[in-house]
Amino acid sequence: MEVRDKLAILADAAKYDASCASSGAKQTRAGSKLGTTEGMGICHSYTPDGRCVSLLKILLTNFCIYDCQYCVNRVSSDTPRARFTVDEVVSLTIEFYKRNYIEGLFLSSGIIQNSDYTMEQLIAVAKTLRTQQAFGGYIHLKTIPNASPLLLTEAGRWADRLSVNIELPTAGDLLQLAPEKKREQITDAMQGIAETITETKSEEQAGLHPPRFAPAGQSTQMIVGATDSPDADILQTATELYDKHQLRRVYYSAYSPIPHADARLPGKSPPLVREHRLYQADWLMRYYGFDTQELIVSPDRNLSLELDPKLAWALANRQQFPIDVNRAPRELLLRVPGFGVRNVEKMLSVRRHHQLRTEDLRKLRVAWNRARAFVITADHNPALADLDKLDLARRTQPRQRQLLLFEAAESARSGEV
Amino acid sequence: MRFVQAERFDDWRETARELLCAEVPPAEVHWSAESDSLLFADELAPAAPKTIHVPPQFVALAKDVAFHRDSRRWEILYRLLWRLTHGERQLLEISTDDDVHAATQMQKAVKRDEHKMHAFVRFRRVLEGENESYVAWHRPDHLIVRLAAPFFARRFSAMQWSILTPDESVHWDGHELRYSPGVPATMAPQQDALDELWRTYYAHIFNPARVNVAQMKKEMPVRHWATLPEAQLIPELIAQAESRVRTMIDTREGFATSAQQFIPAQYDLSSLAAAAHNCTACDLHCHATQTVFGRGPATARIVLVGEQPGNQEDQQGQPFVGPAGQLLEETLTQAGLQRSELYLTNVVKHFKFILRGKRRLHQKPGSREIAACQPWLAAELKVLQPELLVCLGSTAAQAIFGRGFRLTSDRGKLITTQFAPRTLATWHPAAILRMTNEIRQQEMREQLVRDLTISAAMLA
Repeated sequence: MEVRDKLAILADAAKYDASCASSGAKQTRAGSKLGTTEGMGICHSYTPDGRCVSLLKILLTNFCIYDCQYCVNRVSSDTPRARFTVDEVVSLTIEFYKRNYIEGLFLSSGIIQNSDYTMEQLIAVAKTLRTQQAFGGYIHLKTIPNASPLLLTEAGRWADRLSVNIELPTAGDLLQLAPEKKREQITDAMQGIAETITETKSEEQAGLHPPRFAPAGQSTQMIVGATDSPDADILQTATELYDKHQLRRVYYSAYSPIPHADARLPGKSPPLVREHRLYQADWLMRYYGFDTQELIVSPDRNLSLELDPKLAWALANRQQFPIDVNRAPRELLLRVPGFGVRNVEKMLSVRRHHQLRTEDLRKLRVAWNRARAFVITADHNPALADLDKLDLARRTQPRQRQLLLFEAAESARSGEV
Repeated sequence: MRFVQAERFDDWRETARELLCAEVPPAEVHWSAESDSLLFADELAPAAPKTIHVPPQFVALAKDVAFHRDSRRWEILYRLLWRLTHGERQLLEISTDDDVHAATQMQKAVKRDEHKMHAFVRFRRVLEGENESYVAWHRPDHLIVRLAAPFFARRFSAMQWSILTPDESVHWDGHELRYSPGVPATMAPQQDALDELWRTYYAHIFNPARVNVAQMKKEMPVRHWATLPEAQLIPELIAQAESRVRTMIDTREGFATSAQQFIPAQYDLSSLAAAAHNCTACDLHCHATQTVFGRGPATARIVLVGEQPGNQEDQQGQPFVGPAGQLLEETLTQAGLQRSELYLTNVVKHFKFILRGKRRLHQKPGSREIAACQPWLAAELKVLQPELLVCLGSTAAQAIFGRGFRLTSDRGKLITTQFAPRTLATWHPAAILRMTNEIRQQEMREQLVRDLTISAAMLA
């Protein structure tokens, strides 16, 4: 099979992986001849789905001995199969990188023979890139479930980021859809990686020079909507992952219908909006001081699809408003719908010099539509009168339609989401 | 009014310092870029030099703003400088101030443009004799070549490269950056052999079910598309997305069912067979005459699994009654086994065929059909608890041992599986019948008899 045909199959197989970040590795590896990692990642292109193309995201092979029901590459699927050699991936990465198409490589794989053998193959690619090609660009390796801890240590030495997929929100979901994968094995692997990262950091601080270990940390991915687990469970799992295992990112991937899915999977996919809401909630937990319990306001323990989680929270907690932008502390300002972290920092800085008026907020480009009913400014703010109105939700937002995946055909035609 | 000029940050700094020392207020200065071909520039009367203190953020801001294309940049910067040094020392903290706002907006535009240049430059390989170099043509919005170039020098330190732009070009020989005048796009190479491979990747990493053109255009402005090899695919990808998604929906590929839902809670062989009669887990039931379930005594110690019923089996509703069944019976007799003592079944319980005129030609079942039908076989084996399980042919063998099983190398080996303490795979009689090479056919037949004999002996 030609490299081009393999690339088509193995990129197709990788596109359900949401992660594409190439940030976090602060320093370029010493001795690199080609490639840098300088902290911020770069999106080199965008596909018509609006997603960034940063890394060459491929599978080493999509042959797999596992039978995870939500996965297009599971053993019982009819999907066309291919397998790259180590050298083919190395050469693709280098040649793409030299033309500035990419930031580096995101390599994952179906499981061939057994977990350790597969992990060794992934490591071989990363090691060849580092040692033979003196490649200093970004490498993200997806670790293989159940691979031995020694191999994970070796992988972290050559990769900037490692990820172990948590796959599904709860242990029960996993049992139901991916019986070969065990929650404990997954979290144990994460814990192992987290500990080695901490160890490496403390050795560095002590002035030693330990071998590099996943300087960009670890991330994970959760499939959303393949089971009934509500958003509350999903966010709870995410919180644990951030707190206990010090993950850099949790990615949420709306379950996408795949060829030849199993009967245990739901008959329709979750709205893409749900995925979006989870990311918003995730952000609010990490940067805005919200906790999971606060964000879930509806009795079905899901986030609202129509309203963004902060607005939904504000509407359910109107007694906390209005907030005076000239007096409120940072934590409260962060809770105003339509205010972002940077907006708030600027407000705090400006108000030391003069009182904030409506026009100041507009200049700071806050989402005034959403914010106006919740804040007191130095001038008269007529929208404040809406705070007690029943239809405030409607007034704060233009009608928004949920996008279901199967409506995507229409969306694909019109280009609107 | 004073007329002064500046092209780069250093020019501006020098002039601004002189003006400030001479206490010339911003309203009395007219700034222009060098390219504006100033008719006359004022010579400033030398003033007493003095040290000027500004916050370090201002220097950083001014350095970035200097790369902006807008000719008003110098006057805005000078006004900020003037105000910072005339009683408004905290000015930069007031981001809503008009001058601060204008300058930070310019800085933002420059930083964004720099970032986009890092992202969208596309090198093409040029070979001149032995010498390999990489050349790109890019059109930045602002005058940022000198801002963006050091990044490329770090990243592609061991390569020789040039980035050409309409305003200015930059070259790296592995040691230092060299700048030269701008050139038109036609001066750059138009092709690279790798572009096609890159386009292949781009087309396949795109998920047609999530089209969001507005988001793409926001992040990758259309004005940059001309120099991006992958961008030529965009109209086609968008145009096809609808039909690709529709095909996915029409064929309902996403949501196959499995036989699991048809299996009764409590079952034995006869209730299973009855339930299987109504199975619609895959589409094969639409065309086949009937379900052909396994046959044999519940006490059978040996179970034989084939691929699927054939034409005659489909009509008679019994497994192994066609030509392959006859051959199987002959070989069983040779091996000393009685068919009536065995349980015979198939991995797939419906006949799959294509019509050729009036003939119904056997078709291999797909993994989807195999997966859909698998629960029936699992249930049969659970009831029977065989001591020996014989897989006839590769479809049966792979259904039991997994996709990696190779009949050619592992035929005849006794292996323990979850279904039976002894499991082996051998030729399917139909495969022997189809074999055109007579010598090979005879050999396969002998192997089948031998495998069956060994297994029979195991049970004796």
